[in-house]
Amino acid sequence: MQITVTVNGASETRDIEPRRLLVDFVRSDVGLTGTHIGCDTTSCGACTVLLDGQPVKSCTVLAAQANGREVKTVEGLAEGGELHPIQAAFKEHHGLQCGFCTPGMMLVGSSLLEENPTPTDEEVRWAISGNICRCTGYMNIVTAIQAAGQEGS
Amino acid sequence: MTTTHEPRTSPEVGGIGHSVRRKEDDRFIRGAGNYLDDLNLPGMLHMAILRSPVAHARINGIDSSAAMEIDGVLAVVTGEALAAHGLAWMPTLSGDTQAVLATDKVRFQGQEVAAVIATDPYIAHDALAFIDVDYDELEAITTPQQSLATDTLIRDEKEDQTDNVAYTWEAGDQDTTDAAFASAARVVSLDTHYPRSHPAPLETCGVVADVNSITGQATIYMTSQAPHAIRTVFALVAGLPEEKIRIVTQDIGGGFGNKVPVYPGYVVATAASLLIGKPVKWIETRTENLISTGFARDFHMNAELALDSDNRITAMRANILSDQGAFFSDAQPTRFKAGLFHICTGSYDFPSAHVTAKGAYTNKAPGGVAYRCSFRVTEASYLIERLVDNAAREVGMDPAAFRAANFIKEEQFPYLSPTGFVYDSGNYHGAMDKAKEMIGYDDWRARQAEQNADPDATKLIGIGVASFTEVVGAGPSRDYDILGLKMFDSAELRVHPTGKAILKLGVQTQGQGHETTFAQIVAEELGIPYSDIKVMYGDTDNTPYGLGTYASRSTPVGGAATAVVSRKIRAKAQKLAAHLLEAAEEDLDWEPGKFTVRGTDQSVTIQEVAFAAYTNHPLGMEAGLEGVTYYDPPNMTYPFGTYIVVVEVDTGDGTWKVLDMVAVDDCGVRINPMIVDGQIAGGLTEGFAKANMQWITFDDDGNCIGSNFMDYLVPTAWETPRYRLGETVTPSPHHPIGAKGVGESATVGSPAAFANAVIDALWSRGVKNIDMPVLPHRVWGALNDVPISP
Repeated sequence: MQITVTVNGASETRDIEPRRLLVDFVRSDVGLTGTHIGCDTTSCGACTVLLDGQPVKSCTVLAAQANGREVKTVEGLAEGGELHPIQAAFKEHHGLQCGFCTPGMMLVGSSLLEENPTPTDEEVRWAISGNICRCTGYMNIVTAIQAAGQEGS
Repeated sequence: MTTTHEPRTSPEVGGIGHSVRRKEDDRFIRGAGNYLDDLNLPGMLHMAILRSPVAHARINGIDSSAAMEIDGVLAVVTGEALAAHGLAWMPTLSGDTQAVLATDKVRFQGQEVAAVIATDPYIAHDALAFIDVDYDELEAITTPQQSLATDTLIRDEKEDQTDNVAYTWEAGDQDTTDAAFASAARVVSLDTHYPRSHPAPLETCGVVADVNSITGQATIYMTSQAPHAIRTVFALVAGLPEEKIRIVTQDIGGGFGNKVPVYPGYVVATAASLLIGKPVKWIETRTENLISTGFARDFHMNAELALDSDNRITAMRANILSDQGAFFSDAQPTRFKAGLFHICTGSYDFPSAHVTAKGAYTNKAPGGVAYRCSFRVTEASYLIERLVDNAAREVGMDPAAFRAANFIKEEQFPYLSPTGFVYDSGNYHGAMDKAKEMIGYDDWRARQAEQNADPDATKLIGIGVASFTEVVGAGPSRDYDILGLKMFDSAELRVHPTGKAILKLGVQTQGQGHETTFAQIVAEELGIPYSDIKVMYGDTDNTPYGLGTYASRSTPVGGAATAVVSRKIRAKAQKLAAHLLEAAEEDLDWEPGKFTVRGTDQSVTIQEVAFAAYTNHPLGMEAGLEGVTYYDPPNMTYPFGTYIVVVEVDTGDGTWKVLDMVAVDDCGVRINPMIVDGQIAGGLTEGFAKANMQWITFDDDGNCIGSNFMDYLVPTAWETPRYRLGETVTPSPHHPIGAKGVGESATVGSPAAFANAVIDALWSRGVKNIDMPVLPHRVWGALNDVPISP
C-alpha cells in the first residue's frame, strides 16, 4: 500500500507492507535514525515520536495509521539550526548519558511543556513514566524538562 | 588525607574540577548519535536467530527446507554447518566453552539453534517459524542445589566433566578463621540469595559484520565494551589474521557489563558474511537480550561474622554457591574464579577471613557478568553490609555506631585485608559522619523510636546504612588478565601544529562521557582547552590496544595512561620551549598552558611550542609532539562511601517507599563533578531497582519469567527515589591524578542500604532477613509468618 506522511514538515510517500511499523518507516524508509528501538513492546519509549503533536510509541503504531498525518521526530525539534529549549536544557543539566532514551524523553517533555510550561517534579515524572532511562536515575531529566519550561515561558 | 580539589585551570581550559558540559551531547540531543542499528551498508543482509523454546533437550534434527523456500531468504545457518568450519563452539572469557549454534543439545531456553540470513529483517524473522527442530526434552535443572545433587550432566559434551561443577575457588585462611570462630563471644550468620538480574541497557546487543571476500578484510561493527580484546578472541576463534580484523564500536546505548562477552550472534553474523560475501546485520530483540545474554549475580551466600565480647569483628567466613547457567561465561580475571568476591571483608578491620566458592551449571542462560560493578564486588559488598547491620542489631548497637567501631581507621592505610587486598586510601569515618549529618541521622532515629513503638502502627520507619568499599581499576598485570591478556590500558596523544590534539584510547565509553573527561585530563596536564581535544575510541585499527571499559577501569587505568602520556609530551614540550626561549630547560616554570623563564616575563604557550615541534624544532630532535603510553597500574583503587536511606514500610500491604536518601561518595579526585554526580545518581537507581523490583526468575521447567519489559521490571521516573549527594575526597596515592573511578560505586553500595532500611523497620517485629528484591508480598509474608515462594 502507498502512504504519505508528513515527517518534520516534509511530505514522505512510500509503498509499504500493511504490517510495517511506524518506527521502521521512520528509521529505514525515511532514514531518520534518531528514533530508537529499545524493547519492541511499548514499554521503554525509546521510539517515541509525536503523531499530530501527541507522543506515541512508534514500535506499536502501524505506519499505515500515520497515513495523511504529521510525525515529528527528534530531528525536527531544532528549527533553523536553533536548538529547541529542551535540547539545550538536556545538555546544560546533564539530562543524558548514553543518549539512547534522550530523543524520546525530549519529545515527551516538549509535549508536556506545550500543555504545562511549569510542571512540578511529580507532573514531569508522571509524564515521562512511559519512558525508561537506564543511565541517569531521572533526576537530571526532570530538572532539564522543568528548566526548558522556564526558558520557554 | 581529605582534601577538596580546587581547579588549577580556567573554565575555558576546563581541566580537572570543572563541570564542563559534555562534548558528545551535541550529537545526542539532535538524534545524530551513531548507534549500531543506525548503520546500513550497501547490499547489507539481515540475520534473525532461532532460539530453543525449552531449557534442556536433545536435538534429533533440524529441517530448514521450508524456510529456504521463502522469497528473500538466502541461507539458514545451523550448528552442523558451523561445525564443518570448526565454529560450532567458542571459548568464553572465563576459559570455558560455549555453543555458538547448538549441535547436540540445547541447554537453556533461548539458546541459539539456527540463524536465517535474508534480504530484509521482517523476512528473516518470518522465516524462523518455518524451521522445524526435532527436540527430545530432558529434565530441566534450574537451581544450583538441584544441579549438584543430580546425576544428569548438563555439559555432557565435555570429556573431562564428571559433575555439574563449573568451578571451585577459595581465598583467605581457613585455620586462623576457624580459630577465631572457636573463641568468638558471638557468631552472627546470614543466609541470602543475591538474585539473578540483567543489566538491560536500553540499546540491545548487535553486530554488522562486513567481510570483504576479495581482500579478506573483516570489518565488524559491534556493541562491545572491549573491542580490542574481542578482536583477539575473533582471531583465535575464527583463525582469521588479526591485522585483517577491525572491530568498530561507535556510540553504545548503555552497557553495564552486558556488552563485555562475545555472543554467538556476533560469530554467526561474521561467519555468514564471510560465506556469502555481503555485510550481515544482527540486532537483538529485547526478549533475546533478556533471555540469552549476560545475566548478572545469582549468588547463594551463606556467611558468618565472629564477634568478641567488645563487639569487635574478629573473623568472617563465607560459602558461596553461584548459578552459572549452561556455560561459565563470566568475564573474570583468570586467577579469580569468583571474581573479586573476596573483597567481602569490606570497610572493616579484622584479621581473619575465609571464602569458599563453587559454581554450578544449570539449564539457564549463561552470564555472570559484572553488572555495573567490578567482578562480583556487588555481591560481596551486599553480603558484608547486610551482615554488619544484622550484627549491630543482634548486639543491641546502633548500626552506624557498630560500623564506626569496626571501621579500618584513616591512619591504617595502606591496609592489607585478610584476603590479600591492599586498600590504597580511605577515610571511612569521614564519609559516615558526613552522611549522618546530611540526613539528620539522630533526628530520624528519634522519630523512628516514637513511630515504631506503637504496637498498632501500620507505617514503620526504617533507616538503612551501607558503608561500602569497592575494588576497581583492574589491574596490576601481574595479578589480573582476561584469557591471558594483561589488564593494562593505553592512551595515544597527538598534538597538532596549531595546538589542537587527538587523544586515542583503549577504553570504551558507553555513555560515561569519555569524550569530555579524558579531554579534561589532557587539559589539566597540558593547558590545551578541553574543547580543542578530540577523543577517539572504539576502532581497533586506529586506537592503541586496551582491555576496555568495565569494572570502573576507565579512569583508574585509561585515565592514568592519559595523564602519563600528557606528561611525556610536556617533557618534550619543555625541551622545545627551552629552545624557543633560549633558556636552560631547568630554568623554566610550568603553569597549565605556558612555560616561563623563571624570574622573567619571557614565556611561550603550549600552542607556540606545538607549532615549533613541526616548524622550528632544534637540530637533532625528532619532529612532532606525540606519544603513547601503556599504563600498568601498581594497585587497584578503592572507592568508598556511606549511603543512608530512610524508608516507610506499610505493614498492611508490604509496600515501602523512600522518604529520604543521602549518598556520600569518595572516589578520590573528581575530574568532572557534574558527570560524577550523574554516574552516582544512575548507579543509585540501579541499586534501588535490585532492592525493589528487578530480577529474572524461572519456573521449574526453566522458562524465563522476565523476558520483556512488562515482566522484567526496571524503574521508571515514577518509582525512582530522589537522592541527595555528598562527597569527601581522599585521593588515590598511586594514581597520577588521584582519581579512583566512580561509575559503579552506587550500584555496588546502595542495594544493601535499601534492604537494611526495610529490615531495620521490621526488626522489632521479628524479621531478620528478606532477600532482594524486597517485594511487597515478601514483606507481608515475613511480617505475618506466611511462607512466600519465591
